[in-house]
Amino acid sequence: MGSLWGRLDDVQGDAGYGSPSEHPPRMGFFTDTSVCIGCKACEVACKEWNSVPEDGYLLTGMSYDNTQELGASTWRHVAFVEKPLDVPAVDLGMPAMGAPDTEGVTWLMSSDVCKHCTHAACLDVCPTGALFRTEFGTVVVQPDVCNGCGYCVPACPYGVIDLRKDDGRAFKCTLCYDRLKEGQTPACAQACPTESIQFGELTELRERAARRVEELHDRGVDVARLYGADPDDGVGGDGAFFLLLDEPEVYGLPPDPIVTTRDLGSMWRHVGAAAATLVGLGVASFLGRRR
Amino acid sequence: MPGLGTSFGRGGATTFLQDLSNADCILIEGSNMAEAHPVGFQWVMEAKRRGATVIHVDPRFTRTSAVADLHVPIRAGSDIAFLGGLVNQVLSNDLDFREYVVAYTNAANIIEDDFRDTEDLDGLFSGFDPETGQYDPDSWSYVPDSRRDVEDEERRDQAYSGGSSHGESHQAARSESHGSGGAPVKWKGRRDETLQDPSCVFQILKRHFARYTPEVVQEVCGIEPDQLRRVAEALTSNSGRERTSAFCYAVGWTQHSVGAQMIRTASILQLLLGNIGRPGGGIMALRGHASIQGSTDIPTLFNILPGYLPMPNAKQHQSLDEWVRDDEGKAGFWGNIRSYAVSLLKSYWGDAATPDNDFCFDYLPRITGDHSTYSTVLAMIEGRCKGYFLVGENPAVGSSNGKMQRLGMAALDWLVVRDLQMIESATFWKDGPEIETGELVTEEIGTEVFFLPAATHVEKAGSFTQTQRMLQWRDKAVEPPGDCRSDLQFYYELGTRIRQKLAGSTDEMDRPLLDLAWDYPLDDGGDPDPEAVLREINGTGPDGEVLSAYTQLKPDGSTSCGCWIYCGVYADDVNQARRRKPHWEQDQVAAEWGWVWPANRRILYNRASAAPDGTPWSERKRYVWWDAEADDGKGRWTGADVPDFVPDRAPDFVPEEGAQGPDAIGGQDPFIMQTDGKAWLFAPLGLADGPMPTHYEPAESPVRNPLYGQQNNPTRKRMEVPQNPLNPSWSDVFPYVFTTYRLTEHHTAGGMSRTLPYLAELQPEPFCEVSPRLAAERGLENGGWATIVTGRTAIEARVLVTRRLRSLRLGDRFVEQVGLPYHWGPNGITTGDSANDLVNLTLDPNVYIQDKVGTCDIRPGRRPRGSALTEYVAEYRRRAAMDVQREET
Amino acid sequence: MVPEPEFESYYGRPILKQPTWKTPDVPLYLFLGGLAGCSALLAEGAAATGRPDLERVARLTAAGGAAAGTVALVHDLGRPERFLNMLRVFKPTSPLSVGSFILAPFSALSGAAAATEVTGRFPRLGRLAGVGAAAFGPPLATYTAALLANTAIPAWHEAHRELPFVFGGSGAQAAGGLAMLLVPCDQAAPARRMALAGAAVEVVAAETILKKGLVAEPYRIGRPGRLMKVARNATTVASAITVLAGRRSRLLSAVAGATYVGASLATRFGIFEAGLESARDPKYVVVPQRERMRARAAH
Ligand SMILES: Nc1nc2c(c(=O)[nH]1)N[C@H]1C(S)=C(S)[C@@H](COP(=O)(O)OP(=O)(O)OC[C@H]3O[C@@H](n4cnc5c(=O)[nH]c(N)nc54)[C@H](O)[C@@H]3O)O[C@H]1N2
Ligand SMILES: Nc1nc2c(c(=O)[nH]1)N[C@H]1C(S)=C(S)[C@@H](COP(=O)(O)OP(=O)(O)OC[C@H]3O[C@@H](n4cnc5c(=O)[nH]c(N)nc54)[C@H](O)[C@@H]3O)O[C@H]1N2
Ligand code: SF4
Ligand code: SF4
Ligand code: SF4
Ligand code: SF4
Ligand code: SF4
Ligand SMILES: [Mo]
Repeated sequence: MGSLWGRLDDVQGDAGYGSPSEHPPRMGFFTDTSVCIGCKACEVACKEWNSVPEDGYLLTGMSYDNTQELGASTWRHVAFVEKPLDVPAVDLGMPAMGAPDTEGVTWLMSSDVCKHCTHAACLDVCPTGALFRTEFGTVVVQPDVCNGCGYCVPACPYGVIDLRKDDGRAFKCTLCYDRLKEGQTPACAQACPTESIQFGELTELRERAARRVEELHDRGVDVARLYGADPDDGVGGDGAFFLLLDEPEVYGLPPDPIVTTRDLGSMWRHVGAAAATLVGLGVASFLGRRR
Repeated sequence: MPGLGTSFGRGGATTFLQDLSNADCILIEGSNMAEAHPVGFQWVMEAKRRGATVIHVDPRFTRTSAVADLHVPIRAGSDIAFLGGLVNQVLSNDLDFREYVVAYTNAANIIEDDFRDTEDLDGLFSGFDPETGQYDPDSWSYVPDSRRDVEDEERRDQAYSGGSSHGESHQAARSESHGSGGAPVKWKGRRDETLQDPSCVFQILKRHFARYTPEVVQEVCGIEPDQLRRVAEALTSNSGRERTSAFCYAVGWTQHSVGAQMIRTASILQLLLGNIGRPGGGIMALRGHASIQGSTDIPTLFNILPGYLPMPNAKQHQSLDEWVRDDEGKAGFWGNIRSYAVSLLKSYWGDAATPDNDFCFDYLPRITGDHSTYSTVLAMIEGRCKGYFLVGENPAVGSSNGKMQRLGMAALDWLVVRDLQMIESATFWKDGPEIETGELVTEEIGTEVFFLPAATHVEKAGSFTQTQRMLQWRDKAVEPPGDCRSDLQFYYELGTRIRQKLAGSTDEMDRPLLDLAWDYPLDDGGDPDPEAVLREINGTGPDGEVLSAYTQLKPDGSTSCGCWIYCGVYADDVNQARRRKPHWEQDQVAAEWGWVWPANRRILYNRASAAPDGTPWSERKRYVWWDAEADDGKGRWTGADVPDFVPDRAPDFVPEEGAQGPDAIGGQDPFIMQTDGKAWLFAPLGLADGPMPTHYEPAESPVRNPLYGQQNNPTRKRMEVPQNPLNPSWSDVFPYVFTTYRLTEHHTAGGMSRTLPYLAELQPEPFCEVSPRLAAERGLENGGWATIVTGRTAIEARVLVTRRLRSLRLGDRFVEQVGLPYHWGPNGITTGDSANDLVNLTLDPNVYIQDKVGTCDIRPGRRPRGSALTEYVAEYRRRAAMDVQREET
Repeated sequence: MVPEPEFESYYGRPILKQPTWKTPDVPLYLFLGGLAGCSALLAEGAAATGRPDLERVARLTAAGGAAAGTVALVHDLGRPERFLNMLRVFKPTSPLSVGSFILAPFSALSGAAAATEVTGRFPRLGRLAGVGAAAFGPPLATYTAALLANTAIPAWHEAHRELPFVFGGSGAQAAGGLAMLLVPCDQAAPARRMALAGAAVEVVAAETILKKGLVAEPYRIGRPGRLMKVARNATTVASAITVLAGRRSRLLSAVAGATYVGASLATRFGIFEAGLESARDPKYVVVPQRERMRARAAH
């Protein structure tokens, strides 16, 4: 059993892959949403490579997002956020024309994916071992083991993994485990035309991301911030982290996720105490008068 | 692309996508580059990473606008006014790159005295004939430079047997030919390099654009003066010796009745700013379909032959001599047209083509007028065209006025459709919208439809010529399934069978077919070897050896070449288009990836990246320059790219008197395909609708032209038939502008995307985009339904109410625009009404391209079904009094 | 109009995934586990103190509850035929895994005990099995709290300290209640006491949860809120009857017992559905996390 919470610099080692020299470096994604153009090539490439089935034909009215969310049949999801940009209204001195429509708009796009958490709740709660940690530090479901218990689904603090309805098993991004083993780049990153999705060694990506944020701040893009890059955060840092231009919840991401297993010790202790209470209560029930 | 062709001498993008990353400012207008060209757009993002300013001018706030530094909303169809406003800002504030302008453009040329501007004639240039609706461009000509010019011309004239020399180049039939070679002017003309002469181009231009003030721009385009100034500031501060700006456009410009002139305005602006031929500069014409550049180079057009040779005209061209005379001997490489033409004939007819029979010139068909796609549709409806091949096209969805397309096809005797999918153009007779309304009845349609399944691009080898004139070879990845065949095999087989049928015929009429050089090596499946075809296109010499450059082509029949501008693609008997050396193994020009015409040059006119004296304009922007030391002091052009110039021509070279062809190119004439070596701010020839761009309203417009009494392009090609009723301009019945466009998630008429689950699910239904203000005005709800109506028909679509569409303020009123992606039709996984059923047919007079915009009404709810729909639309037409003939200018 | 994203959400869409666990399977399983586990305790006490009627009913309830619970659990799996994969590994980090290793022996032992009870054969072995079942009983009744709490669902997770007591108390209530319903008053005294004490534990723990502010809102409003309220009232009524008339009236005792059982069922459904609700509305995720961040920043 690996560690359940807190900073962890060698996830693979923690998962039994030995010392850092005995396993490949931890691989991951830095998704820089400031250069995402919402082309959805990542979504399509992922489906093509992994033979993920279509996920329904529904026009949602949510800007250009007709995919809605990550799920068992959507392992990459591009969010589209339209927000009014408050430009100071210019008084044009034409009172008869109604309120001047000087409001501009921003359109944020962001390609979401499984975070491949350092402390992955989905993996820890999986009773069958179908979810496992790979030598690259990623989190993958083995479909031939999964029995569809669904425990991983509510355990994920990001709402990523889900059961596929007609199939019953859980599916999510594998970080293209098959491609990684061949030394290839994941399909989504390969397809991304603007390098919004950057794949590589996590430590290197974190440095690159920090530089990029600095660069954007220098250019006056103060809203740029990293999400999931901090190894001291509630999940020990994400293997797939992001540069966002707004608050995480605007993109449908939890602002401060904490892996549920942080409290596992406390949970078991309380379960134990409650069980003991029951024993006491049972014994007490038989004490005293017979009637 | 006559807009670019007449300006610079070649009708292709002047630069390449990767070079955009060197730009200091990028103006994207008339294209939604991030959505329609996402892969090329990476270089815009790269430029942005390096600090460039990116501006997007578009009626809608799109995915391109989302990552641009500035989005400028514009009323669709008003781009000339906006660009004209920028030209005016540059000229009236002396912000042009004067040294460049004087040396490399025709700014200094003196124009004939009798030239009259639109300023004088309320929106018309001199030479307009109201009878024919055409211009005679005589009065737009250069004034000759003394007697020498005139004598040269006379000498050339006498070389031919008779007739007046300069033909009818202003006619549209010639416009396409400026794909590679400017219009042939009679002489280089007199110049005043101080630019002070009131009759010089510079002064004419200044006067012409003077009225495009920020206030006028606001009134025409709905763009606030402040925004215009910000764009002008960004462009001018990022141009000059040290910096360069690039323009990108696509069909947001081309698809207008003034499309070519929109591109001309951009060309003028880029020339004034000195941005052509330089790294990080240029005009990136973004071409659409995978090989659409290829299909104009080796054309699928009726009026040109490979390499932009004009299609011979039945009246003007009775002989090879007459065919080439307008161009032959003129300065520049276009002057060698006879070599290109004869080599082409040799590639068609091989040994049968001899000097004695004019190299089979008479075997070439002649054109008698307009046979463009839309005229042909009319011919079908009128019963003049009886059979039709549709190969890789879906006009029932993709072409304007869809109903007219379908009515045309329903009137044919036979129709062959070769496609990957069972597209609407093959099934209109059973499930088209007219079947639903009862306008067509399946049993009554006599058209015999043959559907032949085609092999896809991955099921066959071949080349694509993409947007930057680059040929890239594809290998076959998988065998085509079932009965699918490549188009190459189909045409080869068709030709072979026809020739078999005609074998032994003595009828003269059959000679062109029987004499064809129709021999290609076949593979086991009977498929002709596509590389053999590329080799034939490249061209061969007297002993069958492969040529390496078009400069080797001869007019005597000793060389053969299927497309002179592609000569070199098979140099050294190697498929140069198949070169795939990754860019990280070469410099940024990456000259060893694919092959680019002409002569593998990536930036055209790159002589202009050096100052007149041959030194780079600046260290930062060095690209191609004169190395005086090279070749033992003889000197040579050198640099990052293949110099687009005579390699050893010194900057101070002055051509001899009477020099012809390339010999007549001066050392400071970077535009080597132009007969005067200069880029054209003013086009004395070559365009059907005027020497300078002028704002006219789209054929359907909610506003009066604020600039001139002339409402529309006077030379626009009208389609005045009952099937194409035009909404009257400034009509209350059709108060809104609509424009059509693409989505990243779909491809054109949808045959290749609506049929695929992974794409169909991403944009599963047709929708329209409207502003919150319009939604309130008409009671439209996000996610609900709307019916959009024009005089042609009404369609329904789901509604996206979004701030990304802005209500534009024009003077004292608002104009609302409805955005409509055009990808849907009745077939495939996701289906819906076609936007093109709404679009009218009015064509640009240069290239016969349809309009992207029109006027409409929009109402909440779904449209009526069946015959109620025709009634509904008829009622609109009555209300707009469309059946009454209207007088519009 | 494209809905303007509220400050805290993406088109109001959930951040977390809805648990895929089905109703009634899973809440029923929660209930049956508690019922069976506590019944096993009751059975052993009855055997030890010589209350054959109580022993018989409790043994059968323990076995029947375990069997029915197993069926509900297996039925809930997306791939029921792969149920046994659950026993491939033992993972203390997975309450479901731990639970499988409680449920499996419990089912076997309680089944064996019930079989001997019914057939009268191998009584000693039956007793032994019964003792074993009693040992696994309390964990069976309470581990399910960890099962729910060890998720990202705010209403469950934030109640991880109290839920085991709610579930344990609720199980005791159900086991005692069912015995009250089926066993004559004179043998049912321990059942009454167990039910009463369980009710007390459950009420105190549940009240603590309900006070938790926004994360506990789903327990207070809507359908889960109503279920929780029904459970609370039923518990109160049943307890009052038990105290006042449980010893005297067979009928009233039975009524009280059935009410306890109903209350326990309602509690499980209420808690389960509150969790679903708290996953559905992003505010239960965003607002508390924001508060947490603010509190952290203030330090
Ligand atoms: N994903 C995808 N990519 C494609 C295609 C596809 O179907 N799907 N098609 C390919 C083809 S064939 C082509 S030709 C290219 C076309 O590429 P683009 O021209 O970039 O694509 P469009 O979407 O047709 O139009 C571009 C923009 O023009 C705007 N526009 C409309 N009217 C006007 C106007 O009057 N003035 C200005 N300034 N802008 C206007 C529209 O709002 C739209 O945003 O794309 C190619 N790439
Ligand atoms: N309103 C409006 N209308 C427009 C435009 C617009 O912006 N607005 N844009 C216009 C533009 S720029 C274009 S290019 C057109 C496009 O319009 P079309 O060319 O009519 O539409 P496509 O869907 O591209 O049709 C191409 C067909 O070729 C088939 N195909 C693909 N590969 C092969 C092959 O190798 N062999 C054969 N035989 N078939 C093949 C595909 O399955 C597809 O059905 O639409 C035009 N129409
Ligand atoms: S994001 Fe969710 S599914 Fe992905 S590893 Fe983390 S917990 Fe598991
Ligand atoms: S559904 Fe499958 S992957 Fe998820 S926890 Fe259960 S067994 Fe593991
Ligand atoms: S890494 Fe692979 S599996 Fe994951 S989203 Fe990208 S393409 Fe899909
Ligand atoms: S492929 Fe890249 S640019 Fe396109 S949507 Fe995905 S992340 Fe964004
Ligand atoms: S579809 Fe092809 S041509 Fe178009 S952007 Fe993608 S890769 Fe380029
Ligand atoms: Mo196109």
